[in-house]
Amino acid sequence: MKTHNLVLRINGEDRQVTVRSADTLLYTLRGRLGLTGSKPGCLNGDCGACTVNVDGWPMKSCLMLAVEAQGKEITTVEGLHDAPIQKAFVEHFAFQCGYCTPGFIMNCHSLVNNHPGADDKKIKEWLESNICRCTGYAEIEAAVKEVLGKKS
Amino acid sequence: MISFDFDYLTPTTMQEAAELFQRLDQEGKSPYYYSGGTELITLGRLNMAYSEAVIDLKNIPECHAHGLSGDFLVQGSALSLTAAEVANFFPFLTSVASQVADHTARGKITIGGNICAAIFYREAVLPYLLVDSTVIIAGNKGITAKKMSDAFKEKIQLKKGEFLVQLLTERKWLNAPFIHIKRRQQWQTGYPLITIAALQAEDGLRVGLSGLCPFPFRSAAVEAALNKKEFNREEKIREALKAMPSPILDDVEGSKEYRLFALRNLLEEILNWQEGGFKLENT
Ligand SMILES: Cc1cc2nc3c(=O)[nH]c(=O)nc-3n(C[C@H](O)[C@H](O)[C@H](O)COP(=O)(O)OP(=O)(O)OC[C@H]3O[C@@H](n4cnc5c(N)ncnc54)[C@H](O)[C@@H]3O)c2cc1C
Ligand code: FES
Ligand code: FES
Repeated sequence: MKTHNLVLRINGEDRQVTVRSADTLLYTLRGRLGLTGSKPGCLNGDCGACTVNVDGWPMKSCLMLAVEAQGKEITTVEGLHDAPIQKAFVEHFAFQCGYCTPGFIMNCHSLVNNHPGADDKKIKEWLESNICRCTGYAEIEAAVKEVLGKKS
Repeated sequence: MISFDFDYLTPTTMQEAAELFQRLDQEGKSPYYYSGGTELITLGRLNMAYSEAVIDLKNIPECHAHGLSGDFLVQGSALSLTAAEVANFFPFLTSVASQVADHTARGKITIGGNICAAIFYREAVLPYLLVDSTVIIAGNKGITAKKMSDAFKEKIQLKKGEFLVQLLTERKWLNAPFIHIKRRQQWQTGYPLITIAALQAEDGLRVGLSGLCPFPFRSAAVEAALNKKEFNREEKIREALKAMPSPILDDVEGSKEYRLFALRNLLEEILNWQEGGFKLENT
């Protein structure tokens, strides 16, 4: 089939949507479901602006087809409500223009949940998946470390 | 946005997948085996890949096998690079895989997709080439097993409609001393200028490279030069450089001359590691 009627589990809700097989999850979230928090950047897997969580792990939504997301638990930045990482980003001024921020937040949210004891190497490895053109990353690292209960 | 439309099919057995491929090929639909799918999605957007029928291999249980069984480590082709890294049965693979792309992308890229990729770096093949793992291939005529040295010559050698199911690696290799060095033009993620991987076996040093030529390779001539007892270090490197296959890449990542300069230093590092009792790892 070239089109599919899917029920996607997004931010704790079942959402019905008709997609082409060729539609990426990013396009479906933004263009079909009004969830514009995930940002289109490179559309090539390089920048991380489109990052969401799939079953709790970071996923570049431009690298996943919507049909692949069936049966999975998807969380977008709209699904976070006062998560510790969001507060820490504000407190540490971890953004300037903000375009990369939803992607960074979703990546960092997954990092602190999956690796509460993450060391500097692990933090660097994860943060390398996202690109920010404005900040120097130090503030983002500080925000992650605050949530992890560490001083940077 | 991918501009063309395709059917998305999810076979649950190897036979079903192979039969689907044959039928769709006869119907002229350019069927495409899909694993992590990152190439279809990124190249498809640029009209550099095309299919009217995508066969996703991720629902075939054999493609997800992962664990030790008898004398072998069994790894399904649809395992993500992250899954292989986290389980860490094969530290050499972990070292190489953990330098491919970036952490998030590695959750989507699969072992099989990287080995069979059209984009020529295919770095994940290096450990399997050096230990000469067994490759399990499925197709219309059933299942075949081949040594990686026969199955991979610059790229995976598959007949139309065949797909990679599993990689079997003998246990004895899982803890052999290895070194892996990836040099990039800049940054810490993405494609290499050159990646070198080496393993110390009983019969000597084994070496594989990606990013030097437009294909990854292991070369008997290069290994013979590096293992020749009569040679001093300088002669080993000189003869190994002479034995490299051609062409040497000359592109935006680096000129041919720069690559050869970087390669000389990498060979020095490999010999240092060997002489130093294999102490370095994953530089
Ligand atoms: C941001 C980014 C950075 C990257 N950096 C690197 C890097 O540094 N080094 C590197 O080596 N790679 C890198 N890659 C990965 C590489 O370019 C490929 O995109 C990737 O390896 C393909 O894996 P996949 O599982 O997504 O494969 P797919 O897209 O599913 O498939 C790739 C090809 O293999 C075929 N195929 C897939 N599975 C099988 C199978 N089981 N049997 C037979 N054929 C099969 C497909 O038909 C297709 O032709 C990067 C990719 C991205 C997105
Ligand atoms: S838009 Fe997805 S990684 Fe850049
Ligand atoms: S804050 Fe502008 S790109 Fe990151």
